[in-house]
Amino acid sequence: MSIFVDENTRVVYQGLTGSQGRYYGMLNRDYGTQVVAGTNPKKAGTDVEGVPVFATVADAVAATGANASCVFIPAAGVRSAVLEAAEGGVELIVVITEGVPMHDEVCFYNKLKADYPGVRLLGPNCPGLISPGKANIGITAGHIAKGGGPVGIVSRSGTLTYQALYELKQKNIGCTTCVGIGGDPVPGTSFIDCLAAFEDDPDTEAVMMIGEIGGSAEEEAAEFISAHMSKPVVAYVAGLTAPPGKKMGHAGAIVSGGKGTAQAKMDALAAAGVRIGQSPSEAGDIMAEVVAAL
Amino acid sequence: MDLFEYQGKQFFASYGMPVSPGEAVTTVHDAVAAAERLGTPVMVKAQVHTGGRGKAGGVKFAADIDAVRTHASNILGLDIRGHVVENLWIEKASDIAEEYYASFTLDRSAKQHLGMLSAEGGVEIEAVAEQNPDAIAKIWVNPVDGLTEDQCRRWVLAANLNPDVTEQAVELLRKLYEAYTAGDADLVEINPLIVTPEGRLHVLDAKVTLDGNAGFRHDLAPFDATQPRDGREAAAHSKGLQYVGLEGSVGVIANGAGLAMSTVDAVNQAGGRPANFLDIGGGANADVMAGALEVINNDPDVRSIFINIFGGITRGDEVANGIIQAMDRVDIRSPIVIRLDGTNAVVGWSMLDPYLSDRLVLVPTMVEAAEQAVALAQGSAP
Repeated sequence: MSIFVDENTRVVYQGLTGSQGRYYGMLNRDYGTQVVAGTNPKKAGTDVEGVPVFATVADAVAATGANASCVFIPAAGVRSAVLEAAEGGVELIVVITEGVPMHDEVCFYNKLKADYPGVRLLGPNCPGLISPGKANIGITAGHIAKGGGPVGIVSRSGTLTYQALYELKQKNIGCTTCVGIGGDPVPGTSFIDCLAAFEDDPDTEAVMMIGEIGGSAEEEAAEFISAHMSKPVVAYVAGLTAPPGKKMGHAGAIVSGGKGTAQAKMDALAAAGVRIGQSPSEAGDIMAEVVAAL
Repeated sequence: MDLFEYQGKQFFASYGMPVSPGEAVTTVHDAVAAAERLGTPVMVKAQVHTGGRGKAGGVKFAADIDAVRTHASNILGLDIRGHVVENLWIEKASDIAEEYYASFTLDRSAKQHLGMLSAEGGVEIEAVAEQNPDAIAKIWVNPVDGLTEDQCRRWVLAANLNPDVTEQAVELLRKLYEAYTAGDADLVEINPLIVTPEGRLHVLDAKVTLDGNAGFRHDLAPFDATQPRDGREAAAHSKGLQYVGLEGSVGVIANGAGLAMSTVDAVNQAGGRPANFLDIGGGANADVMAGALEVINNDPDVRSIFINIFGGITRGDEVANGIIQAMDRVDIRSPIVIRLDGTNAVVGWSMLDPYLSDRLVLVPTMVEAAEQAVALAQGSAP
């Protein structure tokens, strides 16, 4: 099995007619994802390489039975795109776009929570998610992922996610689902959401978690793991030596006032029984040991 | 992006909040002229992106024009925690009866806005939070609902401010929330928020951080222009690179913020010091790579360069091509250590093969590559 997406997920791409949306939408389709529709109010009735384009998500859902959306809209339009997707009736909204203002994020996060509690938001500023062999939604390179489990992956960082997938594949270890939750201050889906889903997924037997500096999401995940996870978790946290007060690329990755340091996160996770790798490859080696012992 | 105090006050004033008249200047001559226009007494305040200005002698009361001249010449050029003062804010002095604290920022755990209000202002709020947490009244605001007047009044009452200013505080704090949300700020902070002897609430200091992502609906150019950047950071910024200057000798280039952070860690763990954080993003083409190498090459402290690329969608052959072309365009001073893995890495390796030398080394793993880059930077190639 897998979490959040599988071979039955039918995806509408908001922004399919743009260069990024078309490029990754077609890559996702080539991978085997059910790419059923695109939206663009000015190009309704046309198609992108055979994928029909509708004016709105609601139209796309009505015509194609889409149950998920993937957003490649420029940052300025993301707020209305997310609300349009929720109103349109999809169950999962994956926002790849980076550079979305914090006030927009916190607004649509709370709006969805109040008015569309059944809708899962992933991102913004995330690589998307892949259930290898079933569905790939977003910008993950599908061929570096080996399917079949037993490992689930959840990560705040894009490139480190790819690296984790690749290293596991090199070691001939499969993955049920790999979720990139993104590095923004208000991620729609948290570590805890993913850990809980992996705990419930019978095919996931161990979880790889990749964190980074800033915020307290890893510390909160540690509390959850300690209280609710029976499956082993291996973690890596980037930014151990990042200087305080400097933003390291991601909007979220900043250490301030001694809070959110990588060391504090690693300590919290270790105290919850999580095995920590000091580098991404060490985390991969540890996971190989964990899988061998399953 | 962090605003100077005077920019923060202008930002607050544009949302109707009461600030003192003042002028931003860069010379002693202009400071004196500003004080003459404003009328003494005035405050002479260093404009730097750091706290602790008062303790460092960067904020002075000037009773007359001679004092303005003295203080302005002392403060200009002063080094405050590594920030050299280039700008002064000359402001009409205020009499103070009481000092409060007020702020809004995002509570990332609660995923709502957090307002903090305290009758114990004028000092660092972290100290109040530690020693007397009950002195801070907190309020969580759901951004969908906004801050209602009733909610705001209950918050003000909970903070035990002087009852005479309750209504003024409600009005001012709602404007502060408006500035925070409509102005796309990550942080708005007033410390101190004062009560004058006449019983007027007044903004005496302003700390504002604006969200650089909201540039499509605000004109951030004036604030961007005054961001403190060293020469390297300014050059990288003009090329659109995600660059943070550090103090070491190993130049770092990686794709993706997480991998770039991880690379900085790997250099430190190998006993070296990274010269920078640089994320070239997903598309590591020749232009981007050449730009990145140029910025690092111009850093006189750099002794070796560590290029750490993991190909996902980005292909190893494209990256190799980018590096080869970039080396053609930029005359590189320092030896380069490359770790290239992931998609089409093997093709990339064979493309790089004819160029390999003791100045261009290909190393299979990130940890080994970091060790080699550190050894080269320290002048002891293994």
